[in-house]
Amino acid sequence: MADAPRILLDFLDDDRSWTLESYRKRGGYKALEKALKMEPVQIMEEVKASGLRGRGGAGFPTGMKWSFLAKNDRPKYLVCNADEGEPGTFKDRLLLERDPHKLIEGMIISAFSLGSKKSYVYLRHEFELGFQRMEQAVNEAEAAGLLGDNILGTGFSHHLVNHRGAGAYICGEETGLIESLEGKKGQPRNKPPFPAIQGVFNDPTVVNNVESLAVVPWLINNGGAAYKAVGTEKSPGTKLFSVSGHVKKPGVYEVPLGYPLMDLIDKECGGMLDGMSLKCCIPGGSSVPVLTAEECARANLDYESMNALGTFLGSGGVIVIGEGTCVVDMLANLSRFYAHESCGQCTPCRDGTNWIHKVVDRIEKGGGRRQDLADLLDLSDNIMGKTICALGDAAAMPVIAFIQKYRHEFEEHIEKGRCPYKPEYAVAHAAAGR
Amino acid sequence: MNVLEFSEARKAEIADLVTKYPNKQAVLLPALHLAQAEFGYVSDEVIHLVAKTLDVAPSLVQEVATFYSLYNRKPVGDYIIQVCQTLSCALRGAESVIRYLEGKLNVHLGETTADGKFTLVAVECLASCGTAPMFQVTARDYSLNAYYENLTEKRIDEILDELRKRPVRQAAQMTPLTTHSLGGH
Repeated sequence: MADAPRILLDFLDDDRSWTLESYRKRGGYKALEKALKMEPVQIMEEVKASGLRGRGGAGFPTGMKWSFLAKNDRPKYLVCNADEGEPGTFKDRLLLERDPHKLIEGMIISAFSLGSKKSYVYLRHEFELGFQRMEQAVNEAEAAGLLGDNILGTGFSHHLVNHRGAGAYICGEETGLIESLEGKKGQPRNKPPFPAIQGVFNDPTVVNNVESLAVVPWLINNGGAAYKAVGTEKSPGTKLFSVSGHVKKPGVYEVPLGYPLMDLIDKECGGMLDGMSLKCCIPGGSSVPVLTAEECARANLDYESMNALGTFLGSGGVIVIGEGTCVVDMLANLSRFYAHESCGQCTPCRDGTNWIHKVVDRIEKGGGRRQDLADLLDLSDNIMGKTICALGDAAAMPVIAFIQKYRHEFEEHIEKGRCPYKPEYAVAHAAAGR
Repeated sequence: MNVLEFSEARKAEIADLVTKYPNKQAVLLPALHLAQAEFGYVSDEVIHLVAKTLDVAPSLVQEVATFYSLYNRKPVGDYIIQVCQTLSCALRGAESVIRYLEGKLNVHLGETTADGKFTLVAVECLASCGTAPMFQVTARDYSLNAYYENLTEKRIDEILDELRKRPVRQAAQMTPLTTHSLGGH
């Protein structure tokens, strides 16, 4: 991106970007020095002024989330959600592995503002390299007096613990994460009470995504207004987009919000793979409704534009799909994912995700029946809005969107009794019989 | 009942972890990982040992051990090959990787090779979608836990050769392996 500031991806040219030395060369920990001289509430005001919206997927204003933190004498916890698991999303992993100090600096500043003496980074266990880099960075920061007791001689103390999960998508949901951090199954809690009032260990807690926290040092150095000046009016700043699928150069890209989706695909990612044209795109991680090629052509990457097209910016996991790909096969793959990852707590989701997977899989394998599409939409309707957390909606939305936009492909499978795209049904079913 | 004991080093590691949280139960997930690294898998005996160590009910340890996909309730091979099968990887050839590995190792998904070296499983999104297809290899003793990305058949051959030469510590309670299914995945 030519004219937008590099707020997050300023480390790509440095082959030892995860070290304190490299981070310092890029101006690292200057924001912390500045922040510790500010009033905690001033820091929150800068975050509010920036208009930063939570980058985990929900897009809730970060400064407002902070302002809900209970004002009492209980211990306050800051928890970083590094349980990145939304299919199509791999930006937080990049930050953890390549720029851990940026996250740590953002967390110390945030903790100072929130009055928190202890924070946890909840990393999915699969992120071995990310964990090692975070551990090394915490040790470096502590040795340099930037973290731990009496930070930079200011009297402020903060301790950061890297905590590892054990394999469960649902722990990316903030109350599922909290339960898991307490040593339990990661089953989401009913809200209220919200974590800001009663979070981890029953104390007031703020849970923020890696990318959101990593923005904080920049906000302190440059001011919230400078951030607000980037992007669009209601979707300020830049955002990391993880692009995967049928593009020439998949990867993580930082662009200002409001950037055209097709420019991301054609300019940043070098276009579609040779010989392929765009069929559709899932713009915000696997849980959001798919966009057809025609919709992609007029899609901009900001929260409001996505909502206007009936989908969501989500985590910014952009999955690009070329012509020749079977959407029923894709939905069979995704519905298997949600059936596997449902935590089992709410009946509509536990049973519904499994039924959806069974029916979509049967259609793809050639056993579809006329009644199936109506049943799938009915099942989805019985999940939407009827569960404790958003996983149910996340499982149902792709079903509804795929059937609405590609009904003819589902019907063709049912009429022909086979997948028209392959002599034998394919891609996703490798593991269906396991 | 509790015939198993953690080594002194593991006991010290767990004691150190406990200092980082307001209560012992918060250490349950990390402690189960340490136990799995030490004993090879989370057997019923391991569940009782972890419960005793953290002063929590064995039923709680069991529900946690069965909720998360990375705890193995049955013995596994020296290396667990976990092929990502979710959409972005599927679009870039995950099924071919699985078929190739099945042929190469002469196992089906969920099985362990006859020599006990490899367990092959398919897993859900590992946040490596831009470098698909990929798999993660975890050594039973956790001495290796790495992503292998942008896989080709040639690269897979090289990786398998490297792993075959690389030793893994035998777990105290491990019994000799035959080909059988892996639970918990």
